[in-house]
Amino acid sequence: MSARKRVTIPIRIEPGSDLPAAERAAVLEAVNRNRALEGALLPILHAIQDRLGWIPPRTLPLIAYELNLSRAEVHGVVSFYHYFRQHQPGEHVIFLCRAEACQAVGAVALEAHAKRALGVEFHGTSGDGRYTLEPVYCLGNCASGPSLMIDRELHGRMTPERFDELIGATSTSAASASGSASGSAT
Amino acid sequence: MSVTIYIPREATALSLGAHAVARALSDEAARRKESVQVVRTGSRGLFWLEPLVEVQTGEGRIAYGPVQAADIPSLFAAGFLKGGKHALNLGAVESIPYLKNQERLTCGRLGVIDPVSLDDYRAHGGYEGLKNALAMEPAAIVKAVTDSGLRGRGGAAFPTGIKWKTVHDAPGPQKYIVCNADEGDSGTFSDRLLMEGDPFCLIEGMTIAGLAVGATRGYIYLRCEYPHAHDTMTQAIASAYAGGYLGPDVTGSGRAFDLQLRLGAGAYICGEETSLLESLEGRRGQIRFKPPLPALKGLFGCPTVVNNVISFASVPIILQRGAQFYRDYGMGRSRGSLPIQLAGNIARGGLVERAFGVSLRELLYDYGGGTRSGRPIRAVQVGGPLGAYWPESKFDTPLDYEAFAAGGGMLGHGGIVVFDDTVDMAAQARYAMEFCAIESCGKCTPCRIGSTRGVEVIDRLVAGDRAAMQQTLLRDLCDTMLNGSLCALGGLTPYPVLSAIDYFPEDFSKAAALEAATR
Repeated sequence: MSARKRVTIPIRIEPGSDLPAAERAAVLEAVNRNRALEGALLPILHAIQDRLGWIPPRTLPLIAYELNLSRAEVHGVVSFYHYFRQHQPGEHVIFLCRAEACQAVGAVALEAHAKRALGVEFHGTSGDGRYTLEPVYCLGNCASGPSLMIDRELHGRMTPERFDELIGATSTSAASASGSASGSAT
Repeated sequence: MSVTIYIPREATALSLGAHAVARALSDEAARRKESVQVVRTGSRGLFWLEPLVEVQTGEGRIAYGPVQAADIPSLFAAGFLKGGKHALNLGAVESIPYLKNQERLTCGRLGVIDPVSLDDYRAHGGYEGLKNALAMEPAAIVKAVTDSGLRGRGGAAFPTGIKWKTVHDAPGPQKYIVCNADEGDSGTFSDRLLMEGDPFCLIEGMTIAGLAVGATRGYIYLRCEYPHAHDTMTQAIASAYAGGYLGPDVTGSGRAFDLQLRLGAGAYICGEETSLLESLEGRRGQIRFKPPLPALKGLFGCPTVVNNVISFASVPIILQRGAQFYRDYGMGRSRGSLPIQLAGNIARGGLVERAFGVSLRELLYDYGGGTRSGRPIRAVQVGGPLGAYWPESKFDTPLDYEAFAAGGGMLGHGGIVVFDDTVDMAAQARYAMEFCAIESCGKCTPCRIGSTRGVEVIDRLVAGDRAAMQQTLLRDLCDTMLNGSLCALGGLTPYPVLSAIDYFPEDFSKAAALEAATR
């Protein structure tokens, strides 16, 4: 009878135990690496987003638990900063500059073109999942605009034509292009 | 013998193809069995010439630019390793008039040195300011900065020495040095250029500030839109630690100074110092009420110096050459030099460091060469998205904090954005309000709600919907924002809006004019 198995009744589920393994690992690693820092939350959020590409809302309880913060506090920080993303992005993120110096050299027209070419509004992801389009307010490339950054690569003096080259418009808009091509062939 | 070639690793040069040029150059040199050593530098800030390739010759550095990867074979064929003739040959780089006619006190090493080489930095006068500072009493360092006349280069132009003295005199076991590298103003890039081209200069300036006020910890709050600056600063901080210039015992002096680099996350408001401190503490970047001043209760409630990158980077030369040397440049109460940034629709955009007093006209035409589009300049915006739009009639204003304020403008961080005559100033005014709405931290009502109402009123005004009334309403709203906002975001957004209406009224009455014409 001393061999009777001890049963622990889970009073509360351990935060994060329901997370996908990759997300749980990303959060714990980010937390453990940075928790000794003064004001550690932003470095931790950066580390998570660097790893996962976004900060899934379901990870917030674990982040909050690990840092002894409330979920509301973590949510407040994640949602305050434009850079932190709560939706999964496409394979690449295009940061398109909307600020004045780029406006002076055609950023407004480039923005319209980019949205048309990708078939998205800002914060949206193209249908093939390759590109997410984000506005950015200055990349510091103000004498060589219009500027955009794809992931971490900066491009200057951008034109609609160069934008198409850059994103390989031929492959992304393949559906509509092949549609019109087959239309003319028949 | 190996020839040394300098190619920038700075972001603008990279955005125009500098990596491809460096690669093509190495490949071509290998193919021709030429021995070259490529040094990746910062940029001198002559952006219309980037990628600018410099070759070390017996007659100094000879510049070629703008070079594309496809130009490399013809450059070799022209004997550019010996400074040979070529269509892209610009002669000795130091004799290019744009660069020659500058007073580079703070930015003198940009494009010259390998930014992450401590040896290079020291060989060009680096860490001499720190050496002098270490031999001085803290109060004497503060006095030197005060006497130099240096004022905050971030935009507010507050006397740096007075801020330092406040922190120096404040009691507290822990004090902080915080560098505001959240350079969010469109049309500005001098902080970025400095961090990418001469990061040790910033580290040295912050270390001196630490010695002066008794702070042992520093943070650089860098915007995440600057990944290249992040890479360079990270490398430089690691080298400074390895070289004994940071840590518990700075160059064997027994004085400690630790420095950390932190990334922002795309919030313009974090360029406001109290928002920045909130963000550094790990919270939403909402501004704080002042007082208390950050100098007394700043980061984690401790006395804190918060200065801009260029302010800190101007300190080493002041300590190296003396307060009087720095003070001898400039005009009126604006002493020393300002790294001015020519941006937007400009033929020769880039960095122009001059003593205060140079006129806008000289910058726009003599340095800038007019617009890139070749059309007339219609408006310039000085001082970032919160700066006034000025017409040609104001171009003789000298660059001086007081002269700009007297003219209803703001010199700010020294960015000048140029627009040609195709600009729609009503759209620019609308954008100013829209930007404020996007970036408002939400703490105060005039900024949070006023900006959204501002967009709506401008839309109605431009549509000609009871225009006279809308204009009264807009001016009233601007008055509320100007006087009722907690910080400069809401408080200065009226500047671009009102200046656009005052100087370019015709752009706001197109619908009304059209209606009158067709009636």
